Amino acid sequence: MKKANQVIITDRKMWKDYVLLSLKSPQIASKALPGQFIMIRITPYSYPLLRRPFSIHAVEGEDIAIFFQKSGIGTNILGMRKKGEILDILGPLGNGFGLKGDFSHKKTVLIGGGRGIAPLFFLANSLADRKAEVRTFYGGKTAHDLPLKEKFEAYGLKVFCSTEDGSIGYKGLITDYFNSEIRQFRPDRIFACGPDAMLKTIADIAAKENIPAELSLESIMGCGIGACWGCVKHLKKDGLTGLFRICQEGPVIPADQIIWAEKHK
Amino acid sequence: MTDLSIDLGFMKLKNPVIAASGTFGYGIEFTPFIDLNHLGGFVVKGLYYSPREGNPPPRLVETSSGLINAIGLQGIGVKRFSEEILPRLINYDTSIIINVCGEHEDEYAAVVDLLNQQPGIAAYELNISCPNVKKDGKCPALDPETTYSVVKLVKKSSTRPIITKLSPNVTDIAEIAFSAQEAGTDAVSLVNTFLAMAIDPNTRKPRLANILGGLSGPAIKPIALRMVYQAACRLKIPVIGIGGICTGRDALEFLIAGARAVEIGTANFIDPEATVKIIDELDNFCRERKIGKLETIIGTMK
Repeated sequence: MKKANQVIITDRKMWKDYVLLSLKSPQIASKALPGQFIMIRITPYSYPLLRRPFSIHAVEGEDIAIFFQKSGIGTNILGMRKKGEILDILGPLGNGFGLKGDFSHKKTVLIGGGRGIAPLFFLANSLADRKAEVRTFYGGKTAHDLPLKEKFEAYGLKVFCSTEDGSIGYKGLITDYFNSEIRQFRPDRIFACGPDAMLKTIADIAAKENIPAELSLESIMGCGIGACWGCVKHLKKDGLTGLFRICQEGPVIPADQIIWAEKHK
Repeated sequence: MTDLSIDLGFMKLKNPVIAASGTFGYGIEFTPFIDLNHLGGFVVKGLYYSPREGNPPPRLVETSSGLINAIGLQGIGVKRFSEEILPRLINYDTSIIINVCGEHEDEYAAVVDLLNQQPGIAAYELNISCPNVKKDGKCPALDPETTYSVVKLVKKSSTRPIITKLSPNVTDIAEIAFSAQEAGTDAVSLVNTFLAMAIDPNTRKPRLANILGGLSGPAIKPIALRMVYQAACRLKIPVIGIGGICTGRDALEFLIAGARAVEIGTANFIDPEATVKIIDELDNFCRERKIGKLETIIGTMK
């Protein structure tokens, strides 16, 4: 039987709005695939009530890590939890990035917007292990929104940064930066995670360039295990168009299966 | 060893803990987490005759110790359920209850007619109380006469016991419950969710695409308990208590107030093992107090 686990917080790093938590979980560390997620109970009490989903940011020995932005009540309270405290987590859940087949010498581009960088560190390392050529595009509003730049570089991963205010790297959107570089480095595969508007632009570029792309979607989840039917998005799968559960079909979805909401068209 | 079994008259349960409709998928979703054989029963997600897309997202918003949902009863329809899911459920030694929905009275009857031919079902739970289907939150359970009429019709079609699931969005719950009893329901379950909403002040937009949704979770427990108490005082038939139950002690409150069984809803989202843990907590409570048979605690409020 799959069970929720009580795990210890082994490390915490904090930047302005961003938090990196390491959790000792040999069970999840041994099974997790890049792009999968865990559900975390923020406190043992009834407020906040529901678990929150977090993609797995890294696996290091018996530890897993999550990386998140403090944006609501749940993430703000989670950001206060300290090293040595216990968290109740459930996972790994969902389907990760498609890593079947030979990646050796394949060109891959990873694009992360803000907190969407979270699952791409785990993915970048897995792709590097498979001898793929990996370039990560990492965008945010300001330099403060790119706290993981040095971490990627410390692992020998190539990072291309953009900020909307130009405080670091390319001035503008990360999608524009990627699009301007695509002639010099045309990837065989694209992987991305970030806000819907960013993902929609990447889906358009991928379609135009005829490059397979996989996007990790964010959704409000009630349970993460397929029971509540709360996290649905419009997809077309196997010729069927409809509302599919992101926790079951995703969170990683091939870009050509996603039907975008009006506001992103 | 405590005797946790409960006799509802028309149905025996190995314990009073039933997983609530809409929070337990079709049951199959929980087999990686718990042994379904341990449950008193489970109610599968509401089924219409035809497949149903449900409401557009966002469908969920969390509020203080509560959850507002507007799923809108997305589902595969009764035919696909009978062919693909039910055969995988019927070998479990627990009471399988099917939540039956309808746009109109004939659809309830059509769903029941089809299910009557299927084996392994213990009872039907008649869903006349979902607040997320009509734009204004209206449902048959808001009115005693409509309640009477739907229950009467389904009771006539059904070869199995009927549990009528009631809405809390009424002035006098006992009156509606009484109406269901007079129409021949074998039990009532209450409460479904409270009609509710939430707004994002930054965008001034509703948090749910449907605007209105149903509030569940610990936030509603004291009100649900009051309603279960009021219904149990008025009725001769069994009352099944629902509303924010997360622990064994929560369940005991409902039993002491007069519920003969309980349904566990939102807690399944927080902990897939919630039902099994609640059963263990009921067992521990009885053992510590040397209560040999849990049933003796029902309706014993002092």
